Amino acid sequence: MENVTALSDEALITRLQRGAFSYFTAHSNPRNGLVADTSREGSPCSIAVVGFALSCYPVGVRNGWISREEAADRTLAALLFFMQSTQSDQPDATGYKGFYYHFLDMQTGKRVWQCELSLIDTALLIAGILTAARYFDGDGAEIQIRALADALYRRVDWRWAQNGTETISQGWKPECGFLHYGWEGYNEAAILYVLGLGSPTFPLSESAYKTWGLTYQWENLTGTDVLYSGPLFTHLFSHAWIDFRGIRDDFMRKKHSDYFENTKAAIALHREYGERNPRDFNGYCRNFWGITAGDGPSGQDLRIDGRDQRFFGYMSRGVPCGPDDGTIAPWAMLATLPFNAEAALEGVRHMLDRYPQVCTQDRFASGFNPTLIAGGRGWLSEGWYGLDQGLLAMMIENYRSGLIWEIFRSSPYVRAGLKSAGFEGGWLQS
Amino acid sequence: MNGDPIPRKTKPNDSKLYARRVRPQGWQNPPAESIYDFAVLGAGPAGIAAAEAAARLGVRVALIEQDRIGGNSLNAGSIPSKAIVKSAGVYAAMHKAEKFGAPMPSEPPLDFVKVMERMRRIRTRVSEHHSAEKLSALGIDVFFGAARFESRNALRIGDTQLRFRKALVATGARPRESEIPGLNDVGYLTSATIFDLETLPQRLAVIGGGPLGCEMAQAFCRLGPRVTIIQNDPKFLPREERDAAEILSRSMARDGVEIRLNTTVVGARAANGAKILQTVNNDVKHEIETDEILLSIGRVPNTNGLALDSAGIALDDKGGIKVDDFLRTTNPDVYAAGDACMDLKFTNAARASALIAVQNALTEGQERQSQLIVPWCTYCDPEIAHIGLHVWDARRQSIPVKSFTIMMHDVDRAITESSGDGFVKIHIAEGTDQILGATIVASRASELINEMSVIMSAGIGMAGLAKIVHTYPAESGAIMLAALAYTRDRPCKTNT
Repeated sequence: MENVTALSDEALITRLQRGAFSYFTAHSNPRNGLVADTSREGSPCSIAVVGFALSCYPVGVRNGWISREEAADRTLAALLFFMQSTQSDQPDATGYKGFYYHFLDMQTGKRVWQCELSLIDTALLIAGILTAARYFDGDGAEIQIRALADALYRRVDWRWAQNGTETISQGWKPECGFLHYGWEGYNEAAILYVLGLGSPTFPLSESAYKTWGLTYQWENLTGTDVLYSGPLFTHLFSHAWIDFRGIRDDFMRKKHSDYFENTKAAIALHREYGERNPRDFNGYCRNFWGITAGDGPSGQDLRIDGRDQRFFGYMSRGVPCGPDDGTIAPWAMLATLPFNAEAALEGVRHMLDRYPQVCTQDRFASGFNPTLIAGGRGWLSEGWYGLDQGLLAMMIENYRSGLIWEIFRSSPYVRAGLKSAGFEGGWLQS
Repeated sequence: MNGDPIPRKTKPNDSKLYARRVRPQGWQNPPAESIYDFAVLGAGPAGIAAAEAAARLGVRVALIEQDRIGGNSLNAGSIPSKAIVKSAGVYAAMHKAEKFGAPMPSEPPLDFVKVMERMRRIRTRVSEHHSAEKLSALGIDVFFGAARFESRNALRIGDTQLRFRKALVATGARPRESEIPGLNDVGYLTSATIFDLETLPQRLAVIGGGPLGCEMAQAFCRLGPRVTIIQNDPKFLPREERDAAEILSRSMARDGVEIRLNTTVVGARAANGAKILQTVNNDVKHEIETDEILLSIGRVPNTNGLALDSAGIALDDKGGIKVDDFLRTTNPDVYAAGDACMDLKFTNAARASALIAVQNALTEGQERQSQLIVPWCTYCDPEIAHIGLHVWDARRQSIPVKSFTIMMHDVDRAITESSGDGFVKIHIAEGTDQILGATIVASRASELINEMSVIMSAGIGMAGLAKIVHTYPAESGAIMLAALAYTRDRPCKTNT
């Protein structure tokens, strides 16, 4: 990669945003609209990545990277697939109760890997579908997009996902029913709850969001007050769609804060952690951070500089409690652009200067570990992950134009969900 | 004195000495008094504490034990497990010595027989504190045998009837039995039997990720066997907060323990001299081959055979003895304490509750168990300790709560010790300096949590805690740093 750090800030982020966006045109199946989880050979589709793709198509149109017609065609293909694919409790279906299996075959659209019916990934898909519904406000195919999107959203039985309890399970399998895992503590699930509460057909119970909130931990960490969650992505995912600036639920009203400010606090914590580098990893500093979910060197124990170091594969890493094996997600710093542009740009420039290999074809790898030296260089994840590219493209756009936030703010379902969760103030009042 | 209170040589008569203290051979039960002021069933931590406290009040006390004095804590719980944890910790430290500039010249050997001998010596030594002889010397009539209630104010041990004015049921708890098909046939260890092992198995499977299961999984893994721990829940130590449980999970994995979370054991069978556990993780079936199995899925109160109905004593919905806040059973002359009636099945909770019961039974006291502030600890590496409310407890009670968190990797003493895994979290009622609870994950959390116990019992808040001078460097410095963070968060007003 040429020396992109010589570019101006705007030129740099535009180039990296375009690189991220291009993942979706390069790794999708135009026939059914499905998008690959990763760029690796044989990767299945991740429904969450489809949600990001659907949200990124308007970004591509706005920036002139694809035509509105192409964006509409890609969107319509995906929506038609999800509407027409099999919904049943059979193991090889595509979804059930309006939810979808996490991973689908790129060609047939059927469930693969015996994976779970994923509630959060369905929520991310639905977020993309609702983005499309609001963006495509024209005639012709765009009418069909709106109708399909509305039908797909209305079909999701969020109440069923509560399984008779006050909270939501993380998933379901035809082989064993609901998974044990629940949502404990603040994390990326805000969008799941908002979309679930906004449903006019099968909404979550009103107490669901409040019950989840009982597990929140408001902490003072290294002098910063923050609604704690370790992995950086948990402070970003819901924010890719929902503009949390100035709107507050009951929890944040009592803290005199909001979730946007909270993400800023979390970013400060991550930078501070990078600077302190308590586990003495290579590279960590105030401009090299971004510990989150992502690919890693895989489970191996090595003795490095006389100490045992355990490395993990793809997993959710966090700050400050860990896990932390010296792996950062190279895309993560730039994805914080709307919250702290200075930190994001300083960080990404530092990283590109020092470790240019983290960015190939203008796309950031999922994971990079400069402590684990492989071939004379730090360990680098192979290829690219769709989630990373989608989040980055959306966050850069939100920073630049607020496009996705604006689209999502206009959705009556989103407004209803936020109000049902107890959000007030800011743009919700208008 | 070399500072080691434990005899270094194995004494052949240790086992006899131990037996003489906890269950003397040929013991003659004393002739029963016409009526006892206080009869105590069970000579575990609660029963011993109660009997001794009652004896100090000058009343006539009968203490009845069916098995061994000391209960689970001494014989098959706290003491033997901690002895093994220590040996495992030393052995693990030898493997990490290189990090401290002291590389081992070769793989250090392990003598498991000596590990177990040390454990037994320690148990013998601790048994001396409350031996049958010593209890008798306090004026307590010690009876060995199975007791049952005959009426609301009478017990029977064999041919002997014991009448009482007040009684305490402190019969403790026992390991929960297996309902796993086939497990009884292949055989398994529990906390009651694992400390009788004479040889180190090559492979050990631990079913249950509670405190004892985690402690033994990590300790045995450090001693050499391939250990797999299987936990039904998505995390270990369901009573603890997620970050604490996850730090423990990673620590065990680093030691080499194979972790199977969210996994249920659905069957067991024997094959080719090995034991096979059949497991299901969601819908994925798997088999684990092992040599020994430790079943550690909780404890159930010992109430069988007591004929509680005869005394009008009811059970609660968990099978424990039903008590009110004053630890009084449904028979107003009978109280209960410890594992037999409490959710917190810990030695310190048992002792504390016993003392409350004695006060209420014999001195017309009105002490409440709900007022107890009970810290607890899981003795893994790092240790995980807690006291008071968890955040979710407070929030369910609509108490706005804020936590002041100090990571151990930011604490100077922990840095010098290379023991930076963990944290101190102090939970306060937001807007006040009132401490609601604390969670500590640290190499010596069992000690640090006691500072929080003192602070909370004394009603000292965060502002007061910040003024307490601590030694430096010390891991407890994390507690002070949390309090100082509080003062920075709420700076004092000045007159300037």
